[in-house]
Amino acid sequence: MGFLLFLVILVAAWQSCYWIGVDLLGLWKPYAMPSPVGVAQSFLQLCEDGELFQATANSLLRGISGYVIAVIIGVALGLLINRSRYLQKNLKPLVLGIQTLPSVCWVPFSILWFGLSTQAILFVVVMGAAFSIAISVDNAIKNVQPIYTKAALTLGATKKQLYLHVILPACLPELVTGMKQGWSFAWRALMAGEVMTTSIGLGQTLIMGRDLADINQVMLVMLVIVLVGIIIDKCIFSVAEQRILKKRGLTGGN
Amino acid sequence: MSLILQGLCKRFDNSEKDTLHEIDLEVKSGEFVCIVGASGCGKSTLLNLVAGLEQPTSGKVLLDDKEVKGPGSDRTVMFQEHGLFPWLSVAENVKFGMKLAGVSKEQQEQKAKYYLEMVNLWDYRDYPIHQVSGGMRQRTALARSLTMESKVLLMDEPFSALDKQTSNRLREELQRIWMETKQTILFITHSVEEAVYLADRVVVLSPNTGKVAEVVTVELKRPRHVYAPEFVELRHKILEEVRGEAV
Repeated sequence: MGFLLFLVILVAAWQSCYWIGVDLLGLWKPYAMPSPVGVAQSFLQLCEDGELFQATANSLLRGISGYVIAVIIGVALGLLINRSRYLQKNLKPLVLGIQTLPSVCWVPFSILWFGLSTQAILFVVVMGAAFSIAISVDNAIKNVQPIYTKAALTLGATKKQLYLHVILPACLPELVTGMKQGWSFAWRALMAGEVMTTSIGLGQTLIMGRDLADINQVMLVMLVIVLVGIIIDKCIFSVAEQRILKKRGLTGGN
Repeated sequence: MSLILQGLCKRFDNSEKDTLHEIDLEVKSGEFVCIVGASGCGKSTLLNLVAGLEQPTSGKVLLDDKEVKGPGSDRTVMFQEHGLFPWLSVAENVKFGMKLAGVSKEQQEQKAKYYLEMVNLWDYRDYPIHQVSGGMRQRTALARSLTMESKVLLMDEPFSALDKQTSNRLREELQRIWMETKQTILFITHSVEEAVYLADRVVVLSPNTGKVAEVVTVELKRPRHVYAPEFVELRHKILEEVRGEAV
């Protein structure tokens, strides 16, 4: 409830600023400043023709499929780096480096290779998320306490059983955190990809707002992007994290 | 069953001398052998070699005439830190090794019950690990090791991280359990009292030479009592030996 009140105050302050700055004193140009009322109007308009819903659904679908591919590639790469001492020494620093590359940098490549298509966007998403996932998989496995491995081996675990029954559950909390971070990278990369190409999606709706000089639409899309990010984080990743930690007695409450 | 250590040497890469030097030892079936020594004498290293968690520099460990190459469930280890899996309950931890070995569900259930009752933890079987005390965790680890019915059970100072009272209770229980099961045990401890209380034979390791300084056979009848005069006398004798070896 406290948070809701905070939001109301924030929106009220924003609207007041708009009135004072744009309407009263004329300090800012109306086309460069969004207002809550304007954003609400934009929202109703985009809802009416179903565009906003369509764009959000498209983006989500792309984001999720790109993310799933990134997870598969990232986990495989992370396992490889973890298993091979050679790759650990030589490939990991490179992966760490590539991970710092902003995903926009992959856009020229993706357009040259895949054209202005959905594949191009997926490519950007995968490149944006897979490396960070790989690094977190490697780190999570490394942080498994050696005593678990030792205990399992002396209880007769084979290599496969060790990974399946000990290393996987042992690194699960860290893994989920890594996956969560991977998702936020994927979602950001998706916007970079969508802004550059022409398929229907939140990124395109945002660019359309810019082209029509409709700053309220731009603001609206930004808010939707943030909202989707928060909802996925809270409803999926945080819930999973909390469950795992609670089961192991690693949280304050019960 | 026979466990034979033959000319076992271990030197670590950064060391000038052998941590363990020419160790010869035989553990017979059903025997309870304790290894004692001052800290740094390599007693945990010895156990790791038998467990197959480390490789000897020279010499070998033979279990039933087969050379030990790596860890396995015929030499289950109970560690100082319990090494239980926090994502499993007490009973699930106890069943873990049996599950890996593909033991049937009913048999897992039955054996888990048998050993959990033996360590007085049956009522706590569904508790998560983080909700039971340190002593209960070690008892869970003990039950887990016992379910493997290993040829030899290796115990690496299993009670030394516990408070005195709990550790005394657990060694009493271990004595009772050993009398019931006659499980072959190789037990590492820094406590001479614990060694005399539990063992058929006490092997004293020397930190200076890395060799076996002395082997003392304990002929006191079980159940033993730490305040019995013979007990005190023997404990004192071995303690002198250990002190003499430490510098």
